[in-house]
Amino acid sequence: MQISLKVNGEAHQLQIADNALLVDVLRKQLGLTGTHVGCDTSQCGACVVHLDLRSVKSCTLLAAQTDGHEVTTIEGLADGEALHPMQEAFRDHHALQCGFCTPGMILSAIDLAQSATKLTESDVRRGIEGNICRCTGYQNIVAAVLDGARRMKA
Amino acid sequence: MNEFVYERATSVRDAVRRQRVSRNAKYLAGGQTLLPSIKQELDAPSRLVDLSAAGLVGISRSKNTLSIGAMTCHADVEASSEVHEAIPALSKLAGGIGDAQVRNRGTLGGSIANSDPAADYPAALLALQAVIHTNLRKIPADQYFLGLFQTALRPGELITKVDFAIPDAGAYEKFPNPASRYAIVGVFATRFKFTTRIGVTGASHCAFRWTEAESHGPGVKDLSNVSLNLANFNNDLHASVQYRGQLVRVMTLRALSQV
Amino acid sequence: MAIQDHKGIGASVLRKEDRRFITGTGNYTDDIYLTGQTYAAFARSLWASARIDAVPTDKVAAMPGVLAVLTGADMAADGLGGLPCGWTVKSKDGTDMQQPEHPPLAHSMLNYVGDAFALVVAESEHEAAKAARTLEQTIQVTELTPVVSLETAASSPAIHEELSSNLCYEWEIGDKSAAQAAFAQAAHVCELELSNNRLVPNAMEPRSAIAEYSSGSGEFTIHSTSQNPHLLRLILAAFVQLAPEHKVRVIAPDVGGGFGSKIFVYAEEVAVAWASRRLLRPVRWTATRSESFLTDAHGRDHITKAELALDEQAKFLGMRVATKANLGAYLSTFGSAVPTYLYGTLMAGQYATPAIYVEVQGTFTNTCPVDAYRGAGRPEATFVVERLVETAARQLRMDPAELRRRNLIQPDQFPYQTPVALVYDTGNYEASLDKALKLADYAGFERRRREAETHGVLRGIGLSCYIEACGLAPSQLAMDLGAGVGLWESAEIRVNPTGSVSVFTGSHSHGQGHETTFAQVVSQKLGVPFEDVEVVHGDTGRLDFGLGTYGSRSIAVGGSALIRASDKIIAKGKKIAGHLLEAPPDEINFDEGVYSVPTSNQSLTFAEVAFAAYVPNNVPTDEVEPGLAEKAFYDPQNFTYPAGTHICEVEVDPKTGEVRIIKFVAVDDFGEVINPMIVEGQVHGGLTQGIGQALLEHGIYDENGQLLTGSYMDYCMPRADDVPNYVVDMTVTPCTHNPLGVKGCGEAGAIGAPAAVMNAVTRAIGRNDLSMPCTSEKVWHAIQGNAKS
Repeated sequence: MQISLKVNGEAHQLQIADNALLVDVLRKQLGLTGTHVGCDTSQCGACVVHLDLRSVKSCTLLAAQTDGHEVTTIEGLADGEALHPMQEAFRDHHALQCGFCTPGMILSAIDLAQSATKLTESDVRRGIEGNICRCTGYQNIVAAVLDGARRMKA
Repeated sequence: MNEFVYERATSVRDAVRRQRVSRNAKYLAGGQTLLPSIKQELDAPSRLVDLSAAGLVGISRSKNTLSIGAMTCHADVEASSEVHEAIPALSKLAGGIGDAQVRNRGTLGGSIANSDPAADYPAALLALQAVIHTNLRKIPADQYFLGLFQTALRPGELITKVDFAIPDAGAYEKFPNPASRYAIVGVFATRFKFTTRIGVTGASHCAFRWTEAESHGPGVKDLSNVSLNLANFNNDLHASVQYRGQLVRVMTLRALSQV
Repeated sequence: MAIQDHKGIGASVLRKEDRRFITGTGNYTDDIYLTGQTYAAFARSLWASARIDAVPTDKVAAMPGVLAVLTGADMAADGLGGLPCGWTVKSKDGTDMQQPEHPPLAHSMLNYVGDAFALVVAESEHEAAKAARTLEQTIQVTELTPVVSLETAASSPAIHEELSSNLCYEWEIGDKSAAQAAFAQAAHVCELELSNNRLVPNAMEPRSAIAEYSSGSGEFTIHSTSQNPHLLRLILAAFVQLAPEHKVRVIAPDVGGGFGSKIFVYAEEVAVAWASRRLLRPVRWTATRSESFLTDAHGRDHITKAELALDEQAKFLGMRVATKANLGAYLSTFGSAVPTYLYGTLMAGQYATPAIYVEVQGTFTNTCPVDAYRGAGRPEATFVVERLVETAARQLRMDPAELRRRNLIQPDQFPYQTPVALVYDTGNYEASLDKALKLADYAGFERRRREAETHGVLRGIGLSCYIEACGLAPSQLAMDLGAGVGLWESAEIRVNPTGSVSVFTGSHSHGQGHETTFAQVVSQKLGVPFEDVEVVHGDTGRLDFGLGTYGSRSIAVGGSALIRASDKIIAKGKKIAGHLLEAPPDEINFDEGVYSVPTSNQSLTFAEVAFAAYVPNNVPTDEVEPGLAEKAFYDPQNFTYPAGTHICEVEVDPKTGEVRIIKFVAVDDFGEVINPMIVEGQVHGGLTQGIGQALLEHGIYDENGQLLTGSYMDYCMPRADDVPNYVVDMTVTPCTHNPLGVKGCGEAGAIGAPAAVMNAVTRAIGRNDLSMPCTSEKVWHAIQGNAKS
């Protein structure tokens, strides 16, 4: 089937299989390999992208379902050289080690920051429960999300 | 992933018509359970009828009833000021389903059509005297949950909305499975004037009302001697029957203490 | 954070590698696309133990898109060898361990669920997977009764026909009669039975491999998620006999975490390389998470009986430990060494226990092979020592901190020869203990406990004074103990003509931040701006031989090699500068990137000398070769011995058994620290894995050998809301035998944390018979006094 999909601001007409997952279309058809696959039970969150500004797991979404919608991936956050405030916060707080979970984590964090007026540490810890990180122990991620949320409002 | 035909329905009528075309067609709501099941080859539908454009999204309130469209996602229920004012415990429940990304896609209708024994909503439906509206009829919640992944729905029957009675007070207490974050036990307790209702999920093969505890009313301080039928209780890696029984008692007391 | 001026040793410099990761432009193995690539899927055993009767391939070969169906028999017919174990452990009686054959693809026996017996190569991932699933359904086997229980494995029928039993070895260390004598004169004896739960490593990036074969040159290029690409190359050449070593290039690009599980050489990278030659097309494979659960080498899995003998003054007299260690179905690359040389040798802990005797039975079972997982042997040892010491304190009604203090090795006792082979070079254990007690407000615990009690909540505090041996390893010592390779590390520094520096290290970074810390070291050493130092790793085509990253060895061994190479650069620079400044080289000073002659005011910058090395005007090239590049191979003289005290405080809800960590303090002595930000990050991650072991994670097989916790639905990974904000601090006693004074920090958290958590929970509930992971249900049963805990 054919779908029209905007990805990181760019409109695409894509020929896809009905059963294609969004993550596979992003990685294989569009070459956007920043979105990762870390599990097969929809739990790790490495594949999180934004669909119409909301965070979703792109491994648990058919590309067909996104027809007519807009997707933002990790590649679409920075404005040229200028990083998104949440990206900056992740770097500044050493909120990543191997980097594999990082794209999904950042996209979840941005959604969390956008949907809450004020975030506490426990809001953040609960808010990112859909993203598993094996490296950092989460402490610096939590600090980064809190700081990134502040920077986004600044 | 097995092959299937994807179609997006434009109305309830259209959805039902499309679903009837194939023997093994399924409705696709939020897909947060169905798509993982297909990926894991636990399910292999030939056709998926996407309900996202079938006009089933929305929340409205009348004096005594809160109506939630079947395709309303958990995040919208959680964020809804109408839900929060009418039944704050339902906001809390919706905000505790899965994780943020599941809540952005998963829907009320999808959850109760699937009737996972560990899903959260079924407890609320029982405690809130819910009525499940389908394209064919209205089903009281008490007659809806029949067993493990078994509901009163007939083949092809489509849930359109759920009406919840607004209680005087309600509370939801969940003891999550630390791995999957599903409920090992979830208890929704409500008070309607002089009656108490207790819906329990997670513990048994499907959600049920703990009527023996209901009769003690909200002020009860000790449920240890109240009879609890463990016959259909789940026994798995994460909790034994005995432990689930304990959790039902503890979560019920905690929920009742708030109503 | 402000932009930092100082970017040398000791500065929390932000990481060079982060930009690509936060912008989604990292380059992980599965991100690589090769023209003409094909997809492999593995057909795996659905049974824990079965004899292969026939693998009918015709039907599968005819499935859509299928290019080849390659079985274990095909691989054997092509003459490929098996996967070796790199460490030969000897039994008490002096005999070598029993080692089963380990064909990459099984051809006669299936020995665990997930054991690969064939691969299907197809034009698409989906077609390959579908065909492989079909093959799993159509293989003809004779099912056998699997051996799953560790408790009874040694006495069960041998799972490998070529072996006499399931006993791989019966290993011992220490002086048995000295220990016996110590127990004979003990005033108190404390006994404890423990288990160390099986863990699944779960690096977030699943294993992946892409191989390409060039028929013209006969060369393989293999991209693989490896912690040590040279080891993979070596094994492919020397043992698998795929091709000569110089015809194999292994590239481990960005690797998404390893924690040990990506050290080892697995069936899949061997098979895709072999298949790429048979098909003359690139062949790729990436594990699903389900495959990772079934086949990534698991960690831990011990059962242990331990005893501690104490005198009247509660001084430790002796310790005896008997452990059964599960090695799984085959010996993984270093599987034999983990429960022996990385375990028994650590039983002294931080204590001056004069007599120790440890015996370990390594046994085969029909489960996934077990090998090093973060900490590897040392968490298991620390758990034994620290649970035992804690239990002794309770039995003696002593303050657990005081009992530990009374038995610590004192600073004036270093170097300290333990009764279990190791010589600790330095340490100050009381310093970290004191600091941790203060940060944890240990003195105020009883008040907090009583306060919690008034709310119906149980509160406990637990200590863990751990030690580890890392910086693996002195090669001669390791080889004397059975290692099949030396454990030195290589470094090369190439100074470019414009003065920028390329650093090549045999260490490998898969999250540790080598591109930053190693650049800090070289930047400071050579006086070159941090930004001008580039670190290259993970490619056998660009580097000298390297041993890779594990055992917290990168900075201690790889970093020391950098220092050696830097010294050579400086020495050669002095020769060049000597000619240019007309002074003898030994009179040239080098300081902060400037060569100078003390007796004159003449000087040259590092960049000027580098330029002169390549443009040798006024430099006699018969005396000084042109160019400025130096190599070093560093072999450590001893292990390093990071140590510290972890203190965990928990609350337990007696109604549900739920455990909540209120506070966790870690005070570690890693010697000198290059980048405190990165080191703290390593501690956070290690602690979380340690807490995961104590509270959440468990690889469980049922009696049929099926993995019950084979996905994130059932295997509980720590999430952000499971763990607290850690209080992390350090003490510093520099390592005495490496040039940086560093010890290594990667594993400490995972080593110290489990005992601290379990000591806290058992203290809270007043019962000691609780096993890891102490799930809510287990804790609740223990509180009830039920057996099921």
